[in-house]
Amino acid sequence: MTTPKPRVALFVTCLVDFFRPTVGFSAVKLLEDAGCEVSVPAGQTCCGQPAYNSGDRAGARALAEQVIALFEGFDQVVVPSGSCAGMIKTHYPDLFSGEPNWRLRAEALADKTHELTSFLVDVLGVAPLPVTFEGTATYHDSCSGLRELGVKDQPRRLLSAVDGLTIKEMHDPEACCGFGGAFCVKYDEISNAIVDRKVADVRTTGAELLLAGDLGCLLNIAGKLKREGSSVEVRHVAEVLAGMTNGPAIGETRK
Amino acid sequence: MSGGLTSLSFPKNAHAALANPPLLKAIAHIEETLVSGRRRAAEALPEFEALRDAGRDIKAHTLAHLDLYLEAFERKVVEAGGFVHWAADAADANRIILDICQKAGARRVTKGKSMITEEVGLNAYLQANGIAPVETDLGEYIIQLRGETPSHIIAPAVHVNKEQVAADFRRVHTDLDPKRNLDEPTSLLAEARGVLRERFLSADVGITGANFLVAETGSTVIVTNEGNGDLTQILPKTHIVLASIEKVVPTLEDVATIMRLLARSATGQEMSVYTTFSTGPRRAGDPDGPEAFHVVLLDNGRSAMLGSEFEDMLRCIRCGACINHCPVYRSVGGHAYGSVYPGPMGSVLTPSLQGLEKSAHLANASTLCGRCESVCPMRIPLPKMLRHWREKEFERHLTPKKARFGLAAWRFLAARPRLYGLATRLGAWGLARLAGRDGALRQVPLAGGWTRWRDLPAPEGGTFRTEWAKRGRK
Repeated sequence: MTTPKPRVALFVTCLVDFFRPTVGFSAVKLLEDAGCEVSVPAGQTCCGQPAYNSGDRAGARALAEQVIALFEGFDQVVVPSGSCAGMIKTHYPDLFSGEPNWRLRAEALADKTHELTSFLVDVLGVAPLPVTFEGTATYHDSCSGLRELGVKDQPRRLLSAVDGLTIKEMHDPEACCGFGGAFCVKYDEISNAIVDRKVADVRTTGAELLLAGDLGCLLNIAGKLKREGSSVEVRHVAEVLAGMTNGPAIGETRK
Repeated sequence: MSGGLTSLSFPKNAHAALANPPLLKAIAHIEETLVSGRRRAAEALPEFEALRDAGRDIKAHTLAHLDLYLEAFERKVVEAGGFVHWAADAADANRIILDICQKAGARRVTKGKSMITEEVGLNAYLQANGIAPVETDLGEYIIQLRGETPSHIIAPAVHVNKEQVAADFRRVHTDLDPKRNLDEPTSLLAEARGVLRERFLSADVGITGANFLVAETGSTVIVTNEGNGDLTQILPKTHIVLASIEKVVPTLEDVATIMRLLARSATGQEMSVYTTFSTGPRRAGDPDGPEAFHVVLLDNGRSAMLGSEFEDMLRCIRCGACINHCPVYRSVGGHAYGSVYPGPMGSVLTPSLQGLEKSAHLANASTLCGRCESVCPMRIPLPKMLRHWREKEFERHLTPKKARFGLAAWRFLAARPRLYGLATRLGAWGLARLAGRDGALRQVPLAGGWTRWRDLPAPEGGTFRTEWAKRGRK
């Protein structure tokens, strides 16, 4: 007996869409390799987190409605970001308190929405196809993925199966990188002090590659490393897992 | 409050802090002392997480019946021969305390470490009325000499280094040998002890805060590491406890439960060195203790938090764990916040106590990383409440115009997928072109806050949605 392929929608996130399509394609590859039928609903834009974290509840709610309507028909929704997945999973239902119908729809979507590595490990439980990546990497735990969704071991478990890759942990991989959405430009000087500590921690590991599951953190850390002239490369964990590392790393010179 | 509220100039304060290397060096120690201390203590106690649930539940239950427990507490204090005074706000509390001091004919009062007296600005008020308050906690004593406010709720002088303390002691303790050695923390401690001992013996009134008020016994409880609280409350003839209303818990058993969390979360100690219960004045047959015992119960905005989205904040036991683990506090220290209470707990509490208009930056000066909530012994959802303050700012149009405009533009686009697609396609193409082969931009128009400190990685080129469509995929 064959079970039908799960119909999975990819919520690609606004940052991946704009800055790093490779992450989206890596996620699609990982999901298809794992036996999913993947769709990317065309009307998607943003999960509404910028509005939500700026106190604009009505704005966040309007975008949440858009996302719910677009994604609720799928079996599962997968997001290559702990932060956006966390928004849908832990905050959407809260946006509709006092509106039972919408709340039910928000909760239903929350239940089937997953951060990418957590979906691969916790839901599908299948090992990705074997890939090789020669080198030493360190892994940054993005705040929302870690503390809202419990994403910690899943990416490490997947990375441990990558041939040739060694993981060297930072002293404090769970420390915030200082991105914080609008925080990084609103309080840029403090954000810089925080990412400074993160980058120092990355350096002490001696790793040549920094990985994480959230593009916001990755852009911030990569931007700081480049500014300091560091040779440490920065990539989304999905790129390594999918073996899509031929193109330049984040912020890296194109060949 | 003492020192004045400067939260409105938070960015300026933060800028000054970031340009102050000794300060940055001093706060960097929090990692190897308080943060690792808490981690070790939490890991060593198998039931730590269960205790956090129990602590949260005790506080939540008490807050749901706060009136009953406060009245029960009052009855027990009176039964034990003490007095209870109800203070609606800071001015009330100060007046009540001054009145007690004046009736006792006091000229000098000693004080145990108490954030609540900072909140009401008691020292300045007493001084203005001819009464000299002397701080007896070493850290508080140091910042009193320096004319500063605490920069941390449990380590008030965490921003000061030992050389600065030595200089302050030489400046103020002019009657001592100028050639004495003040190079080591131990010699500094010995000097402070010597000076304070005389102050303890000559004080007319002792004022302390309280970590707990116990409804079943009418006891007040303080924890200290220096024993200064005991000398403050036992030696003078009058002991005044100033405590805010949410400090009450039902039973001694509850104190025991929460106390197992308090020191572990604060410093990593299993218990503080001294834990002192006071119940009423000295009884016949007691070897020591005050002749008069007063408890001043302060509201100062707290009862208005009950039943609001900020009620959970009243579970706070002032351990400081959220502060120690906050990446923003760890970057700029406590004074930058310009409020009595710094860090995440302060950013939630200050707008409640002082008004949102006077504390605009505080709720925004957070990455919402959530580490504060993950270490809070009372499981207070601090990020959620910071976000509530941001919502209130937005509702009241206190959010800066520029941010509001940017958000509205973003919202307009994000709600129109086709237009959004066009705008992002153009934007990604433009930035990628601007970067050329570099892959990262050193300067981007309108993104100065980003590029002042870091490069902006360039987009790869086409957006994911266009590349996906090109492949004929849905």
